[in-house]
Parts: sequence; C-alpha cells; structure tokens
Amino acid sequence: MNDLVNQIQLVGDWLTSSEQWHGDDGIPHRLAEHLTYSGLSLLCATVIGLAFGLLVGHTGRGAFAVATVANLARAIPTFGLVVLVVTLAGLSTAPVLVALVALAVPPILINTFEGVRGVDPDARDAAKGMGMTGWEVLLKVEVPMALPLILLGLRVAAIQVVATATVAAYPGLGGLGRYIVDGLSRNDYELVIGGSAVVVALALVVQAAFTALRRAVVSPGLRPAVTKP
Amino acid sequence: MIRFDAVSKNYPNGTTAVDGLSLELAEGGLTVLVGPSGCGKTTTLRMVNRMVEPSAGTVSLGGRDIREVAAPELRRGIGYVIQHAGLFPHRTVLDNVATVPLLLGWGKKKARSRAAELLELVGLPATMAKRYPYQLSGGQQQRVGVARALGADPPVLLMDEPFSAVDPIVRGELQAEFLRLQKELHKTIVFVTHDIDEAIKLGDHIAVFRTGGKLAQFDTPEKLLEHPADDFVADFVGQDRGIRRLSFVQASGLPLREGPVLPVTAPVAEARALGEPWVLAVDAARRPLGWAATDDLPSGGTLTDATLVPLGHTFSLTGDSARAALDAALLSPSRLAVGVDAQGAVAGVADAYELSAAMARATTLTDVPADAATAPEPGASAASTTPAGLTKGDAGESGPEKDGGAGGDGR
Amino acid sequence: MRDGEPLVRWAWIGDHVDELAHYTGVHLRLGLLPVLFGLIISVPLGMLCHRYRWVYPPTLTAANVLYSIPSLALFMIFVRYTGLTERTVMIPLTLYTLSVLIPNVVDGLASVPDPVRQAATAMGFSTVRRVVQVELPIAVPVVVAGVRVAAVSSISLVAVGQLIGQGGLGYYITRGLQLDFPTPIITATVLIMLLALATDALLVLAQRLLTPWARGKGAKA
Repeated sequence: MNDLVNQIQLVGDWLTSSEQWHGDDGIPHRLAEHLTYSGLSLLCATVIGLAFGLLVGHTGRGAFAVATVANLARAIPTFGLVVLVVTLAGLSTAPVLVALVALAVPPILINTFEGVRGVDPDARDAAKGMGMTGWEVLLKVEVPMALPLILLGLRVAAIQVVATATVAAYPGLGGLGRYIVDGLSRNDYELVIGGSAVVVALALVVQAAFTALRRAVVSPGLRPAVTKP
Repeated sequence: MIRFDAVSKNYPNGTTAVDGLSLELAEGGLTVLVGPSGCGKTTTLRMVNRMVEPSAGTVSLGGRDIREVAAPELRRGIGYVIQHAGLFPHRTVLDNVATVPLLLGWGKKKARSRAAELLELVGLPATMAKRYPYQLSGGQQQRVGVARALGADPPVLLMDEPFSAVDPIVRGELQAEFLRLQKELHKTIVFVTHDIDEAIKLGDHIAVFRTGGKLAQFDTPEKLLEHPADDFVADFVGQDRGIRRLSFVQASGLPLREGPVLPVTAPVAEARALGEPWVLAVDAARRPLGWAATDDLPSGGTLTDATLVPLGHTFSLTGDSARAALDAALLSPSRLAVGVDAQGAVAGVADAYELSAAMARATTLTDVPADAATAPEPGASAASTTPAGLTKGDAGESGPEKDGGAGGDGR
Repeated sequence: MRDGEPLVRWAWIGDHVDELAHYTGVHLRLGLLPVLFGLIISVPLGMLCHRYRWVYPPTLTAANVLYSIPSLALFMIFVRYTGLTERTVMIPLTLYTLSVLIPNVVDGLASVPDPVRQAATAMGFSTVRRVVQVELPIAVPVVVAGVRVAAVSSISLVAVGQLIGQGGLGYYITRGLQLDFPTPIITATVLIMLLALATDALLVLAQRLLTPWARGKGAKA
C-alpha cells in the first residue's frame, strides 16, 4: 500500500516538473505525435474496413475471405510486424503507419460484416418489400442496426492502435511510448512509470469516448448487446 | 385487379416453386393462398410486389404489367406484412409506421400524424407510439406491422402468414379485428397461410396449392368445403369439413321445439308429469336458468327447490352458426341444445339428431345456387352472391369465440 | 537493412533449431498459462454474473477497461512489484483474457435452453450438480470460442514482454533489430503466427472431442 502511494507520488512529481510540458520531449508534443499516428491510421482503417465490411455484409459475397483474413490477422504479433517494417523500410513514419492500418482494419472489417450480416432477415425483407432501394436498405436499416457491432470493431481497433503505437517507440518512433522505452534504457524508473501513467490515461479516455459515442448514436431500441473485443 | 397469366417460377437448382399459374383476384376481395409448405404460395405472393421475379408469364396489377414499374416504386404502392412483422428495432413504433410515407417524401410531420392515425385504426393506444418494438408483445408487433403496411393507404395488401407466430387466442383476436378493418377499408388483399381454418375464416376466395406449385382449386370457402376438386383438396381441408361447413349455415333457420321448458316457479309434480328425463327451468322472462334431472327432483315443492345443473352453453338464433348449435347440443347435460333469441329468452330446444337432419337439408339446398355464384368472376364477392342462410360475414365474425370455445366452454 | 542482405538466411534457421525450440516452449508457457489462469478466474465470476445479473455490467466494464490499457504500460506498472520476471508478463496477459472469457462464460450459460435447466431440476439435480453436470457442459462450445480468441491474442502479445526481457520468441525480434538482421525477426514473427494458429486448431479439435453433440454447429466468439 505504501508502495502504491510512492508510485503515485513518483508519477505526480514527474507530471508536475516543468520540463515535461515543453519541447520535443514534452508531454504535449509526445501526445500530439501519438494522437496523430493513432488518429491517421484509425481513419484510414475505418474507411477501408467499413467499405469492405458493408459491401460484403450487404451482398453476402466474400464472407469466407473476410473471416479468413480476420482470423489470420488476429494471429499476427503486432510487435514483430512493427519491428520488421522498421528493419526493412528504415526508420520513417509512413511504413509504421501502414502497419498500424493493417492491424486496425481486421477488427473493423469483421465486426462491420458480422453486424450487417446479423441484421434480422425479416427486417431486411420488410424494408425491401416496402419499397426501399438497395442504398436505402443499407443506410436506413442495415447500418443503424449494425451500429453496436460497428462501434465495437472501431473501439477494438482504436485500443489496438493506441497500444501498438506505444510499442512502436521501441524501434524508434515518437509518441508516448518514448518515455517508457527511454526510461528503460536509462534505468530511469520515474520516466517509465510517468510515461505509463499518461498512456493509461489516454487509453481510458479512448474507452470512455467510445462509451459516450455509443450512447449518443445507437438507438435505444437496440437492446444493449454484450460488448467484448 | 391482380392477374396471373401462365406464371411459373423455376430455380436454377431445378426446383419449380410455381407451375403455370393463371389466376385473377377480384378488387376489394380477400383471397387466401393456402397449401402445405413448399407449394409455392409465398412465392406467388412475393411475385406481386416483385420480391420474386417470375421465370415465365406475366403478373399484372390493375391491368398493367408490373414489370413496367420500377420495383421500389411498385412496392411503395403495395402494403406488405410478414410473419414476424419485421419491425425495425432501431425505430420507434411511430417511425416504423411512418416508413413508407417518409420514403414517399411526405415530410416528417405529415408522415407522423398519418402514423398516429393508423395506430389508432389498428387498436393500439397512443402511448405505444414512442416505444420500441422490443417493448411490445407479439400480437402488438403484428398490429404495428399491419399499420405500417397501410402507411401510404395502398389499394393492395400482401400478407404472408401475418398471424401464425402468435398464440391461438391472440390470433383469434387479430383475425376478428382484421375482418372488421377490411370491412371498413375494402383493400384488395392477398393472404398466405398454411392453416385451412384461418383460410376459411378470412377468405372471400381461397386458392389451394399443391406441392410443386400447382393450383389445385380456386373457390369460395363454402364451395371448397362442399365440393373439393380432388382427393388432395379434400384431404387438405380435413376429415371434418362437413362440420366446418356448418359455420356457414345460420342457426336462425333451425327447427326448434318447445320441449320440457317450465318456469322455475312450477311445482315439482308438473315437471314429473311431463315424463321427460330433463326439465329446463326458466325465469319470468324465459331466460334459461339450468337443467333439472327428473330422477333427482325433490318429493315436493317447486323447481326452485331442485338442484339445477348448469346449461353448458346456449346458441343464439340471431348471431350463431349451425355449428355452434350442434356444439351446444353435444355439450348439454340433457343432450338438448338451447336456442335463445336476441333478448336471451329461450326460443326452444333441439337434440343433435333433429339439428343434423335440418342441417343436411339446408346444406343440400344451397348446392344448386352456389354453383352458379362461386365461379371466380372478378368483382363478385362471395358475400353478395351467396344465398340466404349462408352469410359469410356473420359466421366469420362469430368464429373466433365460438370455435375457440367449442372444446372448453362446456366444462 | 544492410545492402545485399537476403530477407531470410535459411542457414541461420538451421543453425538455431535447438535454441528456437527452447524459446518456442517459453513462448507457449508465457502465452497459454495466462489463458488457463484467466479461465480459472472467469468461470466462477461468469457463473456469478449469470446468477446475479446486476454484477455483470460493472464486471464487464472493469474487464474492458483493463483490456484497453496498452500492454507495455501495464508491464511497467507490474515491474515495480514482480520485477523483470515471467510473472510480470503473465499477470497482465491474464487480465486481458478476462474481457473475452467472462462474457463468453455468461453467454454460454445463457445458451442452456430453459427446458433443459428445468428438466434437470425436476429430475432432482441439486443446484451445484446441475451447474457442473448439465449447464457447464452445454456452455462449453461458447466458452471454447472465447478461449480461442484469448489464446491467439495472448500468444501474439507475449512478444512485447521482451522489452522487460521476458518475451519468449520476442527475443529474436529485438535481437534482429539490434543486429539490423531481418532473418530472426521474420522467423520469430512467422513462428508466433503458426503457434497461434496451431493452438486455435487444437482448441477446435479438443472441443469436437469434448462436445460431440455440438459438432457442426460451430459456435462463434
């Protein structure tokens, strides 16, 4: 217990020292880097994952390919992939971002696909029978009904991107992971634990943002489905 | 109104869902498509709004080939109700009902006020409007489904087993209300069911399909029961079709006799003197009070002192069918059916033999004119052309309660 | 990468077979023990959530929040207490499995048809016997589906543990970066994928043997 207090004290000291708030190694700059990497790759992954997930879910064609890709992708060790990209392409941001996108697409893709495919066939039949065009069925019925799963996919992808962007500091990328990696190599425990605290805080904010988003956009008529990654 | 011309539907795997169907459905009529599973009845229904495209032949609506109209546009003008309602879980009840008006670009306000009217029409309280489908019972969901199909007031309604997912009691209520609604709205309705009882209860005309997508018979319910076209139809309408036909014979024409009816104030001696095994005690207004077994009568006093056995149930000469009368006879402790008039006073009694003799005469008599009347000519509704004593609407309306109660009410 | 260096030097793999086998074993231990521990925690907790529904939402939220914390940060928080040991890797990995396993245990128990539950009670099963002999076996397919997801992601996450010196095959990933030599990185990455996929396949097989009645239904996560 005493130790926990010490640890919090340590984080507090680190956070309040003024050098953490200025310059290239300051928290604002590192956080901005982290958010840029995560945001950009999540955005690209969302566009790709949604487009293919909606297409396959709506038409029903390519379901097997989607399931296979998603299963294989889950087995890829993110750490290995990021380090490999840096080794092969050198230390630049773009290739690492490509790797982050590749990791974030599968959860979005598979959940969007499952969400659309799982739409009650009666509701889809009724929508068509009442005279909705294909686009209207997709946008007015399938997407709203799949929204809980789509958001779940986005959340899992976001969590994965934030975590992998942290690990990407090891082969030399910026972002909040720098504190942890640099602290480890310098045996500076205050830096390690301070950096970890900021990473945890960011993860909690992401998690809370998705909970809020879900409340805001999912119809209360869709009873809360169990949410799991 | 709706016309099938040599319509077939074949699937690439070699199965034939519908085989050379030609059929003409009258405007304002309720046609039931009935048959075992896999007989093509649902496919036939879905070809009307192009949810299924025929492989051969044409379907026309109001004289126009439906292929001339773009499918979405066609469908917005045809109401569509399916088995599990298919409500949109993410929309409120009100917005579900407003779907088609919104698709037609009516504007939110107008669409919603129309939806509110429709909810009232199908008997749902206004408090339901803001609920979501998961908060409704199966029967309520089905009502919303019907209201939604009526959204843009389409002249044609397609209903695919709309009442088969709810329990029998709710189904009876929904059927009765649906008939009431149809009397008001006069839609041209195509209704699919696998339940021959439902078909007989609801249909002006019934099309019986056999496996392989062939039309076996197209007739009024009465004709179908009297003259099944072949063994398949006879088998499908059931062994008890003779009894079922009685649903279409009014009880008013049945011969009744005064029988052992006595005021409850009559002395026991008078009851004995009748020499009948049972005596029916009535009050001053001749309303039936109960049966008394002659053997169990007390030695003196009036019928008031006797133990009265409950009546079972009576039948009404003004509203019930011959089927209800026969049922009343079979369930009565004295084996005598008690017929009452509009005021509830006893009009007379009859036993099952007397009733069945009269019914046999009544149903034979109707055979001759019915032949001429039930030819599937467009515009001729069954109710307007069938002879007296065979009035469809009444039997249909009294159907749910009487049929449902046949087994249990007498206990 | 140095000029002229091939993507994979096959000779290197040949030279390191024994060492690779050793690290593979370590990797499996680090990846799979947490799934076992996770299961030991999740089954009773899931049963509790099934029995008392109000326990479920807060439990699930807590598990989801834990899951959202990046592994690197969680490792660092535990280093303070458990040092640079295998435990520091396994505790966070165990915590991660909970967000998949608990809901699957709850869903699995919910998948027991009510008539079956009532029939068991009517035949005189005590609550405990009913849960152990009837409900849990029926829940197995759904639970195994969760175990598959947890095992695959756990095996792929182990590698990050190399940053505190306990990463199983992750050793070759950091080593390859330090030496600017892609062969070990590729070898380790591919091996980890194969381990994950093989584990997944074995779990499918195990479930088929355990629950012959559920064959062909293919429960999903």
